[in-house]
Amino acid sequence: MKKLLLLSVFALATAVTYAGGYRVSLQGNKSLAMGHTGVAIVNSSESVFFNPAGLVYLENKLSITGGAFGIFSDVAYQNTETGASAMTDSPLGTPFYLYGSYQATDWLAFGIGVYTPFGSTVEYEDDWAGSHLVNNIDLAAIFVQPTVSIKLSEYFSVGGGPIYVSGSVNFNRNLNRTLTDLDGNRSEVTVDASGVSEWGWTVGAMFRPTEKLTIGAHYRSEIILDAEDGDADFENIPNSPLTPFADTTFDASLPLPAEMTVGLSYQFCDKWLFAFDFNRAFWDVYESLDLDFADENIPDSVNPRNYNNASTYRFGLQYDATDMFTLRAGYYFDESPVAEGFFSPETPRNDSNGYTAGLTVNVSESLQIDASFLYLHFNEVDATYEGYTENGQVAPFGGTYKSSAFAPGLGITYKM
Amino acid sequence: MKKTIYIVLGGLLTLGFVSCEPEFDNPVDEPGFYTTGDADMSNFVAVGNSLTAGFADGALYITGQENSYPNIIAQQAAFADGGEFTQPLMADNLGGLLLNGEQVAQNRFVLPADPATGEPLGPVVLDGTPTTEVTTSETGPFNNMGVPGAKSFHLVTPGYSTLNPYYGRIATSSSATVLADAVSLNPSFFALWIGNNDILSYATSGGIGVDQTGNLDPSTYGNNDITDPNVFASVYNDQVNALMAGASGGVLINIPDVTSIPFFTTVPVQSIPLDAATAAAVNAQFALYNNQVLPLLVGAGVISPEEAALREINFTAGVNFPTITDDDLTDVTNILISQGIDAETAALLGQLRQANNDDLVVLTASSVLGALADPSNPLSVIGVAVPLQDQFVLTGTEQDRVSTATQAYNTTIVTLATANDLAFVDARSALAQVANGGVAYDAGLLTNEFVTGGAFSLDGVHPTPRGYAYTANLIIEEINSKYNATIPTVNIGNYGTITLTNNVSN
Repeated sequence: MKKLLLLSVFALATAVTYAGGYRVSLQGNKSLAMGHTGVAIVNSSESVFFNPAGLVYLENKLSITGGAFGIFSDVAYQNTETGASAMTDSPLGTPFYLYGSYQATDWLAFGIGVYTPFGSTVEYEDDWAGSHLVNNIDLAAIFVQPTVSIKLSEYFSVGGGPIYVSGSVNFNRNLNRTLTDLDGNRSEVTVDASGVSEWGWTVGAMFRPTEKLTIGAHYRSEIILDAEDGDADFENIPNSPLTPFADTTFDASLPLPAEMTVGLSYQFCDKWLFAFDFNRAFWDVYESLDLDFADENIPDSVNPRNYNNASTYRFGLQYDATDMFTLRAGYYFDESPVAEGFFSPETPRNDSNGYTAGLTVNVSESLQIDASFLYLHFNEVDATYEGYTENGQVAPFGGTYKSSAFAPGLGITYKM
Repeated sequence: MKKTIYIVLGGLLTLGFVSCEPEFDNPVDEPGFYTTGDADMSNFVAVGNSLTAGFADGALYITGQENSYPNIIAQQAAFADGGEFTQPLMADNLGGLLLNGEQVAQNRFVLPADPATGEPLGPVVLDGTPTTEVTTSETGPFNNMGVPGAKSFHLVTPGYSTLNPYYGRIATSSSATVLADAVSLNPSFFALWIGNNDILSYATSGGIGVDQTGNLDPSTYGNNDITDPNVFASVYNDQVNALMAGASGGVLINIPDVTSIPFFTTVPVQSIPLDAATAAAVNAQFALYNNQVLPLLVGAGVISPEEAALREINFTAGVNFPTITDDDLTDVTNILISQGIDAETAALLGQLRQANNDDLVVLTASSVLGALADPSNPLSVIGVAVPLQDQFVLTGTEQDRVSTATQAYNTTIVTLATANDLAFVDARSALAQVANGGVAYDAGLLTNEFVTGGAFSLDGVHPTPRGYAYTANLIIEEINSKYNATIPTVNIGNYGTITLTNNVSN
């Protein structure tokens, strides 16, 4: 039996994880194990994120679930024409989540969620071939979402709530490909902004026409983080009126795009559950990352992105193997929002296939341990970024990229 | 049961760690991706002058040396199976050289800008005391045996270390030669680029030296002389043979046309603006000279009518050709003195003419032209009443001497490359392309325009890192084609050009 369980986990381990851009789709161990589906699944307070309308269908009075992931993500770069190569040395990313739901009446539930759906940590070796685009970036955002869920009928519910976001960004790159101080140290800038806050909202609906079939839809609004008076720190700048880069402050806007999800789940053969989610992320809001420096002598930094809206197709399976174990597996196809010619090493995302698996251990009536993992597979891709200019002329930065990401996660669920 | 959980979780974690590093199907950093082919680059030795050393902005300094063409080639060859490449790095980025505490070479040039307007000013020498002491520097030999200032025959001159502090720094003994030091490294592959200074110092000094063609004894040459082509051929042949002895191959690089470097193309030959009244006044001063002295000299058979025509001075309203001293004209100073003209005036007129479109005015003339030779005498404008000195003008005749010698050297170089089955790089054609239309790279055009063109450093003679990178690419391409190698080239857009800074003593 033990052997069989082990095999099952790996056999089910097909695929799904991340999403394009700097969206990090790791908002629950149970959901991730099923390819990060969940818009039409009712089995834990992870629904605060995946579809608030589902909370009201939870069986327990109180349900709390929390967990975290460790992201091992790396990017390799090479250019066969010049021999240049690079490998990121990115620190472990640790997205986390904490959801709680409380069943006030049989038609009303309240919930609260804290989660980190956006972030990016990429560290290249300083002064690598693409250092004029990025040396390192650390982008983080925490979402706090009070939620209400209302059952309008036995078959139909809605839910939603406001979202409070607090974000931070730290970004370092060289000013251009060649500028140095007298000793050859490359001129660079670090921009840093933290405590950037903004409000957004989310709303969802759920339809349960039969005991076995659930259909869900969910929308999370666009949130644009406006960093004001962030710090811009210039280093290794030649002492010349022609390079007037003095430390200053900057304003910048970073969009966290809206996301719409529709999906269904279907229970079959008693112990099996199939889920499908379709995400559409409205990345076209991310046209350009522009830094407006307070010091008027310093030219603004314009970094075209021209992202496209992107879709993700998610599939998940759940199997109630024993009273003790629930096994899950999933797959997703994640379409990259990066437009042709705008593949930047700062968020080097091409299309990817995510393979996920996981399990829940029912330690007791009220306590569960959730584990999951994600392997995100990227094909190697020849790509170019053509948004960088020198003297008004585009200087493309291109090469071959290969990314990989792996995220094991562990969570705990308490019900009463 | 618990055990099972541990096994499962352990398995998941392990999987995570092993599958973490993304790997390419064909990684460039894997042995065998690139090859140096039939060339064994494990011990690459480059021999030459300042161009090999990485000299730029009138000085030798660390970042310039790091961007020397042979260092760039060695770095790229290291992607294949190239070996370590050592260079005699200076002690700082000021440039400049001390010999027993005395500064014997100037610091690098930098480009300041006007603090008020932000407009670039002319290049100035960077302020600071250099820290590279000739007597305490590490001695060689090094893989980079480029010695700034060296002419072809210097490489085989015993005791050259006492004549040239750049070689004095690194010479293995006081009687060593550059060539012998280089050969002692047993090069597996070599580059030889020598001969530029055999004509360059003549050219940059405005042809004040002597064309030594016909004189086979280089020990009698002055520093600004043109080396006899047979002397060049002889020493060059010896150098090629010595370097080839144990090598798998090598590359020979020819001599570019020095007259297309910014040192000669930046200052326009028409440089004296005059209004009509001033031009008339100046012409009146030269009337006697034009209308009486010159015909008399023709009549006496001292000069030909053609030379008389060449020597006539005539200013007009607008931008004029300056007056210059041309040592290829008949020197009539003593004749004029014997005719009762005062010595000072006679000296001014002795080899006087007005420049013309065949002449090239050197970069360093820009600070002299139009200035007053005697600050207390407003009439002593250089280029008008006082001729621009010979050292500031490379005349058409002088250019012909340079060109003739260069062609002879280049014939030797290509002939020896062919005879010895070595790679040959036509630097002359390459520079001609930079000077005529430019060379496109990913963010612009590499041209010979001073300061802004990207190819030439602030001394107007030596390349920038970008210029050296372009040179390195030319050589890599020739090595690849000659020796079935696949050494990757560099993107010259990643290499810098001139240095901006105001931290200087003006």
